[in-house]
Amino acid sequence: MFVPVRLEKRLVPSPVMRIMVPLVSVIMALVFCGIFLAITGRDPLEVYAAMFAGALGSAYGLSETVVKAIPLMLCALGISVAFRMQLWNIGAEGQFYIGAFAATWLPLTFPNLPGYVMIPGMILLGLAAGAMWAFIPAYLRAKSNVNEIITTLMFNYVGILLVDYFVYGPWRDPKGLNFPLTARFADAAILPTFGASRIHIGIVFALVLVFILLVAFKYSRWGYEIRVIGQSERAAAYAGMNIQRSIFYVMLISGAISGLAGMAEVSGIAGRLQPGLSPGYGYTAIIIAWLSKLNPLAIVLVSLLFGVLQVGGYLVQTFGVPATVASMVQGAILFFVVGGEIFINYSIKIASRKEALTEND
Amino acid sequence: MTDQIVSILAATVTAGTPILYAALGELIIERAGIINLGVEGIMLIGAVTGFIVSVVFDNSWLGLLAAMVAGGLITSIHAFLTITLRANQVVSGLALTLFGTGLSGYLGKAYIGIPVTHPFAVQPLPLLKDIPVLGKVLFNHDILVYISFLLVPLLWMFMYRTRPGLLLRAIGENPAAADAIGAKVFVLRYVYVIMGGMLCGVGGAYLSLAYAPSWLENMTAGRGWIAVALVIFALWNPLRAMVGAYLFGGIDALGFHLQVLGVTISPFFLNMMPYLFTIIVLVMVMQRQGGRLTAPGALGIPYDREDR
Repeated sequence: MFVPVRLEKRLVPSPVMRIMVPLVSVIMALVFCGIFLAITGRDPLEVYAAMFAGALGSAYGLSETVVKAIPLMLCALGISVAFRMQLWNIGAEGQFYIGAFAATWLPLTFPNLPGYVMIPGMILLGLAAGAMWAFIPAYLRAKSNVNEIITTLMFNYVGILLVDYFVYGPWRDPKGLNFPLTARFADAAILPTFGASRIHIGIVFALVLVFILLVAFKYSRWGYEIRVIGQSERAAAYAGMNIQRSIFYVMLISGAISGLAGMAEVSGIAGRLQPGLSPGYGYTAIIIAWLSKLNPLAIVLVSLLFGVLQVGGYLVQTFGVPATVASMVQGAILFFVVGGEIFINYSIKIASRKEALTEND
Repeated sequence: MTDQIVSILAATVTAGTPILYAALGELIIERAGIINLGVEGIMLIGAVTGFIVSVVFDNSWLGLLAAMVAGGLITSIHAFLTITLRANQVVSGLALTLFGTGLSGYLGKAYIGIPVTHPFAVQPLPLLKDIPVLGKVLFNHDILVYISFLLVPLLWMFMYRTRPGLLLRAIGENPAAADAIGAKVFVLRYVYVIMGGMLCGVGGAYLSLAYAPSWLENMTAGRGWIAVALVIFALWNPLRAMVGAYLFGGIDALGFHLQVLGVTISPFFLNMMPYLFTIIVLVMVMQRQGGRLTAPGALGIPYDREDR
């Protein structure tokens, strides 16, 4: 082409770039969105300073950051399982809602269960419902090769509408002044928190999962299989791997983890089912999973960073800045990361003028 | 009763039009070999810029133009990432949707609840409007609907009856071969991706300037994703895309009219219909095609001259 630049494929992906690309991407995304902030008459530095100060400058801000990071972590872990196999499960949002919905059924139906039955029961229901919500897309993908991106996404809308139907209808709290909320859960259905903060033991679920996934991805035959299938379905089939079965396992596990996220949120934070339980955690988690290169440990760190953005975005509303500034920045981060990947796998060579000329022939 | 049916069919056309524009845009992009999952985000950007410009300048045509430009601009990011930087097209498209959702929410915050003074109003076509039944169904709409009627056959003729159209199909089918006969694959892909983005922007603007003249956060409500599914349903053919768009419009219109008629199905379930229908339609297409789609051959694969 016209630019005297050549891309040369690296023999091994550059380890320096692997670290640098995500870091630089975050900074570039802040600059890029700063342009939009400036165009609309706001001082980007002031907005960003307020966001970070709000999320990191006080004990309350810090604990809220962790609170927001918990569902993000869980959903991103779920997504990472599917993405490893190049299965694009973007239905975490719906699986989250259905997990919360199923978990809600237990305390609403049997309010007097003791905590040691209630909480494990809710966990199981959340896991099962999330997996079930991923089942149909998994089935359609495995049997008829129906694009899972579209089916999982469509199920997000259906899941959210289903929850809306219940909280506006059969499950609405008669004492709730007509607000679309279920009755508040009994204390036995509330996840324990750490001290006086709102940080609940959902964080422990996430950390345990990180450990399990790290081991499974690295040492198990299953982890090896999904990596091979992700790289080349044909090679995997040739090696005698059962691809259909793997699609099922991976999607169900992926959905179950997001369902658990919903359970943790409804039980640990909301204490009742309500519309808007998730401000888009399932979508934000896609960015986190990709930014983390699907590495479970990195997902923990990146989720905390995104918790900062989420809390900061929420707090700058008091200055009249819409909270959507957070999702704008998050989307932009993903742009830069995806675009920056070329620097990991290719090195950029400036061609001499002569080379450039011969290239054009 | 006939009146009811006629008004449902007329509503089908208007409800299908935003999806039709977006699906045609996506169809062009995919024909050029690029998967674009950013349609939802592009539509939202189109809807919000179209709305803001219309309100500020009190001119809906200017709003429409702004929506096209904004749609093209935002899509050019996807073009750069996927064509020049050979980025993962699925993830880049998702980024576009997430960014577009966030940016549109940010830009539109101050405009929620404001009416458009001059939205695209219904302009019955003289003579044609008097055809019994068909006149009311097809020719009693706003001008953007009529433009879409023309756009579909024009796009079809362009794709299947002209040399540039052949090249469009070629760069998505086999870019190396197209390159070998002298087509500028990179330039053409940029052109078509950006053009497609402009059409998606129009689809969004149709919502905020004609269909429901107002701005609401996330007002596309998944129509961009339905458009992506529709392109698969259409097997990348504009005529089939039109049929598909009206099918979805029909589901939308039917749900709305059932509510008006007092049918006691919860609106939440009626609202699920288009999403469930999308899945059903995809399954049917996949089964008829035996699980193998005749998608453009190079769809989703970055073109690298050195790999020739």
